[in-house]
Amino acid sequence: MAMRSATLAKQLLLSVPAIRGERLARSGKVVVSSAVNWRSYSSQQIIPPPAKYGGRHTVTMIPGDGIGPELMLHVKEVFRHACVPVDFEEVSVNSSARNEEDIWNAITAIRRNRVALKGNIETNHNLPPTHKSWNNVLRTRLDLYANVIHCQSVPGVPTRHKDIDILIIRENTEGEYSSLEHESVSGVVESLKIITRVKSLRIAEYAFKLAREKGRKKITAVHKANIMKLGDGLFLQCCKDVAAGYPDIAFESMIIDNTSMQLVSRPQQFDVMVMPNLYGNIVNNVCAGLVGGPGLVPGANYGTDYAVFETATRNTGKSIANKNIANPTATLLASCMMLDHLKLHEHASSIRRAVLTAMTEHRMQTPDIGGQGTTSEVVQSICQQI
Amino acid sequence: MAALRRVLAVSQGHLVQWNHTAWRSFTTSACMTRMTKTESAKPEGTFHVTMIPGDGVGPELMHSVKEVFKAANVPVEFDEYHLSEVQNMASAEKLEEVVNSMKLNRVAIKGKIHTPMEFKGELASYEMALRRKLDLFANVVHVSSLPGFNTRHNNLDLVIIREQTEGEYSSLEHESAKGVIECLKIITREKSNRIAKFAFDYATKKGRSKVTAVHKANIMKLGDGLFLQCCKDVAELYPKIKFDTMIIDNCCMQLVQNPYQFDVLVMPNLYGNIVDNLAAGLVGGAGVVPGESYGAEYVVFETGARHPFAQAMGRSIANPTAMLLSASNMLRHLNLEYHSNIISDAVKKVVKLGKVRTCDMGGYSTTSDFIKSVTDYLHPAYKH
Repeated sequence: MAMRSATLAKQLLLSVPAIRGERLARSGKVVVSSAVNWRSYSSQQIIPPPAKYGGRHTVTMIPGDGIGPELMLHVKEVFRHACVPVDFEEVSVNSSARNEEDIWNAITAIRRNRVALKGNIETNHNLPPTHKSWNNVLRTRLDLYANVIHCQSVPGVPTRHKDIDILIIRENTEGEYSSLEHESVSGVVESLKIITRVKSLRIAEYAFKLAREKGRKKITAVHKANIMKLGDGLFLQCCKDVAAGYPDIAFESMIIDNTSMQLVSRPQQFDVMVMPNLYGNIVNNVCAGLVGGPGLVPGANYGTDYAVFETATRNTGKSIANKNIANPTATLLASCMMLDHLKLHEHASSIRRAVLTAMTEHRMQTPDIGGQGTTSEVVQSICQQI
Repeated sequence: MAALRRVLAVSQGHLVQWNHTAWRSFTTSACMTRMTKTESAKPEGTFHVTMIPGDGVGPELMHSVKEVFKAANVPVEFDEYHLSEVQNMASAEKLEEVVNSMKLNRVAIKGKIHTPMEFKGELASYEMALRRKLDLFANVVHVSSLPGFNTRHNNLDLVIIREQTEGEYSSLEHESAKGVIECLKIITREKSNRIAKFAFDYATKKGRSKVTAVHKANIMKLGDGLFLQCCKDVAELYPKIKFDTMIIDNCCMQLVQNPYQFDVLVMPNLYGNIVDNLAAGLVGGAGVVPGESYGAEYVVFETGARHPFAQAMGRSIANPTAMLLSASNMLRHLNLEYHSNIISDAVKKVVKLGKVRTCDMGGYSTTSDFIKSVTDYLHPAYKH
């Protein structure tokens, strides 16, 4: 017995110096295995077939707060005019309620329909820290790892820069949004930013696949590996590894602060961008601002099984709610992305065309892009186009 | 210089064009999507629908649907295909034609294709073959009492959802030893999950509150047991809808005694067939209950209880109510809400007034009288 413990201690002693050097690799391994566990947990849940019968789809609709509900009404109106074979199952989430019942209902609703169109849900910052952002809960629970937005200059909308065409892919489920914060010592708060190899590889793989599918030329990985050498370093390394498998697509990396500067000074240099969670949030908003603001750009969140479509910037727009001046373009284009996802390309393109014609040719624009139309006028003009 | 400018303008035009297409092609699912020409089957707002009149009174019913559609100015064109096993009008090519037409139109309206009882070498009937080819797995019969037409039970409103591609209808039968025939009943997890989910999705869509799974798992512990288990699994995804189970024999008794307790019923193939007919009988028979069959891509509208009613052929006594209501459901499926409503309203009004009734509803009117009456009520604002 004594001998045994002695050998154990010896082994321990011997392995101490090795631990430091291997930390990165080890921690990577540990996280990988836990992620795999989590994944198998999610695949244990039954994933039934999509709600598509007789060519008609059922889609979950979460109106959210602020301008969400009115915009959803407009989406329904436009869908009706375009004879789109989609039925909506509306699930309202009450953001002022404390209990989590609503959001769980919403999540099961998406699990059964697989596809959702969503407005943003207000997150109250004043609630106790146990209260998480429901938008975030929804994304992590459904494992919607890729947030994709496509910022493209729209002819007829006055902006500082022309000819912008950037595809931004953002990791959506880990990083700074892991909701792991604690006060280790009184007055000292640690927020954990988690970067895992599995998820970094996954998002990089997704970005490259998408870039190839769309015939794009270049991918820029955005990071801050000069400061967060291990965390963002791992992300960058994963991107590089994946890039090796796609020789036809140029790969470069750029630090986030520089990226922001380049974006506002010379945005045309970017083609496809891939980045971790928080940077993605910021860059999304910068790019949306570049092409005309939050009312114009649609966004999509994809996971392996589910997809949720919303506006790119995810604002609730409380200040302009119920004033009939919100720009419906972003939500309508998001619904077009949804139709594309459902393979209803014909309907998607007819709505998209109508939205663009109404905006560029008929000059039917809401105040946020310098027009004088109201939301309903814009929607009427779009319906006429269809 | 001017030429150069023109070139520039042209190239700009191209650029804008390209931008538009880029917007359009922006799908982001990893799987590359193929553009099917099926979606372009709709020139200038007319919908094409495949029509399979079938046997017996089928052609007469289809004729009445066409009459009513004409009177209501419905923007639907029918592509007619005759398929019949008893009139020597069935062949593999014919079936293929129908399937191709369905692939283009996605929606069909259909009478019953009669299946002769005797065995001629082919176990699966054409009806079954069509169902399998289009994978029309879910049959929905919405049994609701027609106001003004009194039956033993009034104000009934229940939906029966039946799996119709496997179970007893798998057409797998063989004589294993002389004088011993085995018929195989197949229940699979995949299809059971699928039908259960369909039932719950249907309940969610129509705002219904309860789904009852009907089974015989006390005898067929494995087969029906699997079906039941799948229903239970799927039910977990729908916390807001009540889930209940019932054994088929008890279910039949309850249906004739107290049918009001049911809301949505989901069941395997053969039970579904029996319960469909039983429930249709509760509200007035085969002539008044519409039905529909769904696959993932295609949908067929038909009558709830599928009978050719061959003895009535050519006598103009068939009741077109079921087929007209089914056609109205079809229009709703095609997003033609307005036309759907005027037709179903007109039919219901004729039934409610009770002046024109076919003999199965206790009247003496002919099919054409009924149609005449329905078309009269299509535009009540002008006529009355």
